[in-house]
Amino acid sequence: MSGTGASNLSLSLSAICRSFGPVQVLHDIDITLAPGEVHALIGENGAGKSTTMKIMSGYLAPTTGEVRLNGTPVSFANSQDAEARGVVLIHQEFNLADQLTVEQNIFLGHEKRRGLFLDKAAMRAETEALLARLNCSVDPLARVRDIANADKQMVEIAKALSRNAQVLIMDEPTAVLTEREAETLFEQVDRLKAQGVAILFTSHKLDEVKRISDQITVLRDGHVVSQGVASDYNEDQMAEAMVGRDVSSLYPVREGEIGSDLALEVAGLTVPGFATDISFTLRRGEILGFSGLIGSGRTETMEGLVGLRSASGAVRINGKDVSLKSPRQAQAAGLCYLTEDRKGRGLLLDKGMRENLTLQSLPDFTRLVIDQGAEDAALTQAIEDFDIRAPTREVAVGNLSGGNQQKLLIAKVMLADPEVVIIDEPTRGIDIGTKQQIYEFIHALSAQGKSIIVISSEMQEVIGLADRVLVMRSGRIEGEVSGAEMTEDKIVRLAMGLSAQKEGAA
Amino acid sequence: MAMAQMTQTAKISVDLKVLGPILALVALIIVGALLNGNFLSAGNISNVLSRSAFIGIIAVGMTFVITSGGLDLSVGSMAAFIAGLMILVMNGLLPSMGAGWPLVMVGMVTAIVAGTAAGFINGFLITNMRIEAFIVTLGTMGIYRSLVTWLADGGTLSLDFGMRSVIRPIYFDGILGVSWPILVFALVAICGEVVMRRAAFGRHAAAVGSNDQVARYSSVNVNRVRMMTYVMLGVLVGIATIMYVPRLGSASPSTGVLWELEAIAAVIIGGTMLKGGFGRVWGTVIGVLILSLIDNILNLTDGVSPYLNGAIQGVIIILAVILQRDKKAEG
Repeated sequence: MSGTGASNLSLSLSAICRSFGPVQVLHDIDITLAPGEVHALIGENGAGKSTTMKIMSGYLAPTTGEVRLNGTPVSFANSQDAEARGVVLIHQEFNLADQLTVEQNIFLGHEKRRGLFLDKAAMRAETEALLARLNCSVDPLARVRDIANADKQMVEIAKALSRNAQVLIMDEPTAVLTEREAETLFEQVDRLKAQGVAILFTSHKLDEVKRISDQITVLRDGHVVSQGVASDYNEDQMAEAMVGRDVSSLYPVREGEIGSDLALEVAGLTVPGFATDISFTLRRGEILGFSGLIGSGRTETMEGLVGLRSASGAVRINGKDVSLKSPRQAQAAGLCYLTEDRKGRGLLLDKGMRENLTLQSLPDFTRLVIDQGAEDAALTQAIEDFDIRAPTREVAVGNLSGGNQQKLLIAKVMLADPEVVIIDEPTRGIDIGTKQQIYEFIHALSAQGKSIIVISSEMQEVIGLADRVLVMRSGRIEGEVSGAEMTEDKIVRLAMGLSAQKEGAA
Repeated sequence: MAMAQMTQTAKISVDLKVLGPILALVALIIVGALLNGNFLSAGNISNVLSRSAFIGIIAVGMTFVITSGGLDLSVGSMAAFIAGLMILVMNGLLPSMGAGWPLVMVGMVTAIVAGTAAGFINGFLITNMRIEAFIVTLGTMGIYRSLVTWLADGGTLSLDFGMRSVIRPIYFDGILGVSWPILVFALVAICGEVVMRRAAFGRHAAAVGSNDQVARYSSVNVNRVRMMTYVMLGVLVGIATIMYVPRLGSASPSTGVLWELEAIAAVIIGGTMLKGGFGRVWGTVIGVLILSLIDNILNLTDGVSPYLNGAIQGVIIILAVILQRDKKAEG
């Protein structure tokens, strides 16, 4: 390993605690990022990964404990301060100006100048050198909005390197990348590693963690529960350390019978640009899982189905042909879609719970004017049914925790009383306790005879919840698994196309 | 404990936001009364309110447009154009129908239909053609202003004298000493307040302005809600014009100039969020009254030139927005 240059840095956290108000989210975290090493930080959502990364990169200050650079305690005033010292966080959502070129983005905020004017030649040369260092062939003059996600990731890294980053912290760098793009990224990570950069990354994909990390730290509920050399772990051990208990008990056992009649029949559904010739059926009371990699067209298929996107194809609900051109028509026909993006598309964050709860079914509460008494009663019922915990009924829902927002969103959609409900990512960003509750709600709905489609990127979730699973790949249904065949291995193979079988899959 | 503290501070700041415009109005009334003994006379109050009515009726409609995240710059020139059209239609039909209430009714219908159509055109371009509201209404603002200038051939369109005396009572008469414009303004404001707070449409408008994606995913017909706000505003511009034409009996290229700014200013002073998502009609009414009172006070007193009216209004608008701003948004 060549990583012993004078500029190389090691970053360590020592006995870091962090509280938000009365809630302590990190307890005595110790992590050391060494030059030339890739450190994987893994844990469930809400385990404290983001907070840890933010403390490392100056976005948050620790409540107690020390951040050390090369052994010397430092306290970053803010993220710019951390960047100036060589510690850069690359966010999961790209932090790039879409309208600017690759080169302009790389030098945004620290443009090279010659006198009063920009020194474009110098910036061009350095951009080319940086991209060459990353073995990235993107055109420095291309606008960022026109380049692929993987290239955006490279631009982010180039940007970090242009600021002489010696510690690179990456928050789920592969979340938006395809398998092949991720592989390219890993090659560059290896390259940076060889240059002595200290790297920390997070990922939910344990095979990736296995593939590129040298050290692993597992977080659970804000504690480091396991830490060591990556080669000492297999994927099962990582998962067990993350969850801390037998994952299979998370999911309720099916109680209600699956009906024999078809609640929903979809034939030849095509959403231009996203999904082609999707056909499936759903029986009364059934829970159908939709799996597939991000970008495989699951969400777009369902948005097409309920009329949020233009789509063609035949849809029958309860045996009746329906034409669904808008979410309103779908709702009237008994079909509702619950979005994966609860903050951006699900809830009005600046409004109270009452307004949010009844927004989707406001006509039911309206004669000439809205019956606010009935609305209040509905909210009381929803709070009870879905165990929504809020400081006051008037609180703006943006101030609720993710779990309570999700419960409110489910309550809102169920208030429209759909026969068939499509739940997209039911537990994204939600702690494990609430997850379990939401799984119980889903089963309870199924027991009431509602038919449910669950889309999830979490393989375990789909397997644990669904009676059968359809796997999508590149906008098509690649296959179906049910019963004993419903294994991660089987689903992953379908999701990636049979040829892409990998040796490390659990 | 922290929680209790938080809700308490939230409550206080909300109260201040609610009370701000009311306090400003009360302060203005006190200042006015101190500066001029005539200020609180029935005649002056009636005069102020009547003149507020045009902007007020329009501002109520503007409240809905802004609440749903839109904007309409065309209302002033729209009013001028509708006034011109109304006068031309009545003048044109005068020989065949004769001066009388039937012809006035025709004039009113003309104004309402023209307002509806103008609102529909704005709404159609904004929702169906997906053009920025600012651009669309900037365009139609120029178009209507130019059309009225063209109709008047650069001069003034005057209602035929025979009609003037018939139509005069719409502005100058009333019930129990309260003039028609005031009554209509009050009625429009009350209906607007009820619709905003208690009807599904008001809730939908706020939802669309708060986050149109959420509204769309919640089965709200976002385009129709937006369209309705513009049509409603168009109708209200028509109604305001019906009140306005009897006052002078004429329309000219300078009719309704800057009304759009006064209407928007009243809406914002009243506490409606310029970026949409929250609106209150009663606040708009107070905003209109504040603007009119400033004008009135400057006219009644000698200290400050009435020519500075615009400057003072501008300061007040900027202050209102600064007070409205959320602390959180700065972070």
